[in-house]
Amino acid sequence: MSSRSLLVPLAWLTVGLFAVATTLVFFVAPVDADQGLSQKIFYIHVPIALTTYGCFGLAAWKGFRLLMTRDERFDLESYTAVHQGTIFGALTLITGSIWAKASWGRWWTWGSDQLVLFLVLFLFYCAYFMVRYSIGEGAQRERISAVYAIFGVAMIPVSFMAIRLASDFIHPTVFKRSGPDMETSMFVAFCVSWLGIGLLAYLMYRVEIHGKRVDRRLRELRESVA
Amino acid sequence: MSGYAGDVAALARKDLRLELRSRETLPAMVLFVVAMLVVAHFALPEQASDDAAFGLLWVALVFTAVLGLTRAWVPERSAGALDGLVLATTDLSAIWLGKAIASLAFLLAAAAVAVPAFSILFAPIDAYAIGGIVLASIGISAVGALASAMAAATRGREILLPLILLPLSIPLIAGGVGSGVSPEPGRYLAFLGLYDVVFALLSWAAFEYVVTE
Repeated sequence: MSSRSLLVPLAWLTVGLFAVATTLVFFVAPVDADQGLSQKIFYIHVPIALTTYGCFGLAAWKGFRLLMTRDERFDLESYTAVHQGTIFGALTLITGSIWAKASWGRWWTWGSDQLVLFLVLFLFYCAYFMVRYSIGEGAQRERISAVYAIFGVAMIPVSFMAIRLASDFIHPTVFKRSGPDMETSMFVAFCVSWLGIGLLAYLMYRVEIHGKRVDRRLRELRESVA
Repeated sequence: MSGYAGDVAALARKDLRLELRSRETLPAMVLFVVAMLVVAHFALPEQASDDAAFGLLWVALVFTAVLGLTRAWVPERSAGALDGLVLATTDLSAIWLGKAIASLAFLLAAAAVAVPAFSILFAPIDAYAIGGIVLASIGISAVGALASAMAAATRGREILLPLILLPLSIPLIAGGVGSGVSPEPGRYLAFLGLYDVVFALLSWAAFEYVVTE
């Protein structure tokens, strides 16, 4: 099992990247002139959000592959990517709320397009699990899950456009996070942090897939013994 | 008429005829949308603007669509008729298109009651807002025909359709409300048209994977 032996060094690499990212964020990158210390959450929140999009994109791609090849391996991969995406999506909403509270004084604001988009997407992907688990295991479930994952990704740009358009009449003044351009050290800290969180997502994705495969093999073995 | 268009027309006609004979779905949708408008009157405070009422008209329309679509695949599900359709139709997407057209007809019929009712009870509606309702109805019927086929494959059936359909229809509501209350409705109508094209194509392509077992 080469994929399993890869997991341990990958985990250590993730830990290392997190340590480097934390150091960079708190000791190297300058404190934001406008928002102060609360701006540090930017290095966590934005990478998590981008990672969420990455997970959902991966899920749609695996779903597309499933529909094309009918290889059931892609079903597990697509499901796992949606699962990780939902976890990171929840984290995005939480960290986003904390940041909103710190810098705008309230937990939630409908004025931020990103927040609203995330909530819509999050709701849509939560229903994914309900749909998936109310269909009996088999080819139909795999295909419906794949179609669902693809629809989710199609929703991202369309919803974003809708929210942009709608904010014109719901909120005449749109919140703008206009700050100074990022300094190089800030940008480096951001990239390392992004890399660390992306790697964490990938690691969790691989661990979950591995666990599910072991589970399935165990079940098959048990059935063959019984 | 033969081939693809013939299949679609036959399937849509079948749904409409079934409804004409049984009268199960459309009267319920019409009553529901009018009842929702009355609910809107009581839900809004006295000094609420007409724009707020217009927003609630959209809530009423979307819920009515969900109500109608919940029953969309009931005839096909009974006695395994869907399996027969899947075997008999040359191109499976024709089943989706027939269902989408029939759902659109029901939805437009309900809207044809809701719009005059809204004009009488609340405020008059202009042509752009009506254009928004027509375009959004196309979008929600296209996506809804697929989503209700998905929901029909699950154990929960009725419960899951709103969960799938409401997030998908949020862009339609944003575009539809915008076409009625914004000073420049053209952008919103264009957006609704874009949504219709994108999601109709996606649903058309995805349908065969949803119904085959």
